Amino acid sequence: MLDFQIKEQSTEYDVVIIGSGAGGGMAAYELTKAGAKVCVLEAGQYYDPADPKYITQLKAPWESPRRGASSTRAFGDFDAAYGGWDIDGEPYTTTKGTQFHWFRSRMLGGRTNHWGRISLRFGPDDFKRKSIDGLGDDWPIGYDDIKPYYDYVDKLIGVFGTNEGMHNNPDGYFLPPPKQRLHELMLQRSNKKLGIPTIPSRLSILTKPVNKERGQCFYCSQCSRACQAYADFSSSSVLMIPAMKTGNCHLITYAMAREVLTDPTTGLATGVSYVDTQTMTEKVVKGKVVILAASAGETARLLLNSKSARFPNGLANSSGIVGRYINDSTGASRAGIIPALFDRKRYNEDGVGGMHVYTPWWLDNKKLDFPRGYHIEYGGGMGMPAYGFGWGIEGINEKYPTREGIKKAAGGYGASLKEDYRRFYGAYIHMAGRGEPVPDYNNYCEIDPNVVDKYGIPVLRFNYNWSDYEIKQAKHMQDTFEQIIHEIGGVPLGGKPDAKSNYGLAEPGKIIHEVGTARMGNDPKTSVLNSNCQAHDVKNLFVADAAPFVSQGDKNATWTILALSARTSNYIIEQKKKGSL
Amino acid sequence: MKKRDFLKNIGLSSLGLAVVSQDALAGEMLDGPKPKPKAAAAPTTTPKYNYGRTKDEMARDAKLLAEKFYTDHEMKTITVLSDIIIPADKFSGSASQAGVPAFIEFITKDKPEFKTPMRGGLRWLDSTAIKRFGKDFVACTAKEQINIVDDIAYPEQAKKEFSQGVNFFTLMRNLTASGFYSSEMGHKDMDYQGNRPNNWEGVPDDVLKQYGLSYS
Repeated sequence: MLDFQIKEQSTEYDVVIIGSGAGGGMAAYELTKAGAKVCVLEAGQYYDPADPKYITQLKAPWESPRRGASSTRAFGDFDAAYGGWDIDGEPYTTTKGTQFHWFRSRMLGGRTNHWGRISLRFGPDDFKRKSIDGLGDDWPIGYDDIKPYYDYVDKLIGVFGTNEGMHNNPDGYFLPPPKQRLHELMLQRSNKKLGIPTIPSRLSILTKPVNKERGQCFYCSQCSRACQAYADFSSSSVLMIPAMKTGNCHLITYAMAREVLTDPTTGLATGVSYVDTQTMTEKVVKGKVVILAASAGETARLLLNSKSARFPNGLANSSGIVGRYINDSTGASRAGIIPALFDRKRYNEDGVGGMHVYTPWWLDNKKLDFPRGYHIEYGGGMGMPAYGFGWGIEGINEKYPTREGIKKAAGGYGASLKEDYRRFYGAYIHMAGRGEPVPDYNNYCEIDPNVVDKYGIPVLRFNYNWSDYEIKQAKHMQDTFEQIIHEIGGVPLGGKPDAKSNYGLAEPGKIIHEVGTARMGNDPKTSVLNSNCQAHDVKNLFVADAAPFVSQGDKNATWTILALSARTSNYIIEQKKKGSL
Repeated sequence: MKKRDFLKNIGLSSLGLAVVSQDALAGEMLDGPKPKPKAAAAPTTTPKYNYGRTKDEMARDAKLLAEKFYTDHEMKTITVLSDIIIPADKFSGSASQAGVPAFIEFITKDKPEFKTPMRGGLRWLDSTAIKRFGKDFVACTAKEQINIVDDIAYPEQAKKEFSQGVNFFTLMRNLTASGFYSSEMGHKDMDYQGNRPNNWEGVPDDVLKQYGLSYS
């Protein structure tokens, strides 16, 4: 026992959920709708995208003294993520010679408040990679097992897109996609010549209303600021707030989970101990079922920190697999400038928050020197000028003569320089590959034996290296990006990333798609959870974030987190009804 | 305003207008513990910037805003330089008219990596002016100022001996552009038409035609 006073609540909840992001939000929503009494612990503060005191949406850059610069928020002053890769007093470490960056949002809804809303289903192949090429592992479930839940999530939350009949990029229940922006039409035209498919993106943004609680997109392009009309998917607005409205959900904010508590006799989870970060007191909340949904990293940390005589290696870790196989999406990017877009006509081109078209993986890895695919996300257009606007013009303006054919020297000043800023506005495109890594036993997170955070909770230490599989994939991305930029009539900016920089492959964690730290499987010796995301070792302990992922596909994780969480929640409800929980 | 009322009021017409009074927000802590009566009685001031800040961010901004980094002389130099970089023209006003010097003062405190390059760069400029014209940069005539600026404004053509000045001027140019185009005046100059509720119906027909594109 901890040697200071612990305040224990007398209430025993049906379910205690740690984390209020996509996974925790969906579990809270499903379980409270089913009548369960649920307590949700959120490490950060309350947040509601519609409450004026939190709103950054539609604010102009001059309302910020730093004009939207990223001094305090990693993605800029208006971004709806309280937290980031570095949080004061909440460190993590890496083993020597390895790198990992861990992004955390401390707020109701977690990272869903600012995410890209890219809502891709995994395809049938994504669950069976080992069967296809012998690398990695198969999931214990297949596409058909999760499909009904993807369908449910599509209809409940809303996603736009188009049914294309692609085998590994499955169709869904889509709202109409927004029309392409100018550079997106140009990309579709030029990519077609390269045989690179460029189709409407699939984003959880409401181009049509789905219910009376949520509004419709009004095309401000600012989903990263979270939508005051609830027209995009944030767990705060779409799941947590409705769950609280049932009257069955008790949300505790500023609750930093320390350990999952267990009964030494039965080995079952009995609740969660946490630090009330406002008063710095230790508290306990009791529950008949515990669901971990505080992110793949926090789930591993909690399990490994929940040690007892019965569970000396940490909870649900008889396999020793907790923390193993952590993997983030690969990411590499490139930008270009399109002279045909110089001096372009102005109109409001904000559109939705993010790209209107994307490129799903289109090649056969059997014919390539790397085993997994990637998709391409595109950016560009006449976005809102803010901090950083025009930065680096001294590398651009000498290269392109004016309409009148006047060649200028790099840099400069005065009215002529103002002309340059106007000329180049909206003429840039950029693209980013997001790919699938091969999960590796030797990439892991563990408890650092020497370091605690400001709450006294031992912190994670990461050990992560990219392999040739990912590096070769990044090389392919860079070759493809140059082809795309050339074909559209553009000029790539900066040097082409080469072997020295792993072809621009982002350091692990930078893409913020970390998954796989408590993977599912049929064999309790090689997995932490069974096919229902239930711990092999502790039957009333479940995981509803991305920790159960066996692999992550070349898709973003959120839609699968939501579908799996809904599936796990329904399993819990069924088991409760049967009396087996 | 209650959350429900706010939601009800959301619509294309009212969005962005549904705002509670700044006074009501003043000093309000974001979801913190309810202030005790004693604390509530303490005088509160309306933060100058109030756009969805967390408690920690508000405190950090207040601290930075209360500090002064540049001397009056440095601020004068920054003002002159920023107006050389972005002067008024037939489309818009100058950098100083758009508040760029105050932005540079803030961002230098906000991103301390700018402190030494800016302070040192301003000194480099003055020492160059004194060597060349026997007075500091702001005391120089416009013609004399441009004589120095021309040596450092063109990175590809500048003589090697001016390389430190070139680096400083490049930073000044980039900060000035950032400050100017992120201002209301800058948005109007760029004719940026977004950041408002609208209904995206695609690229205008004349633009599609110009680029030989269509939606069909």
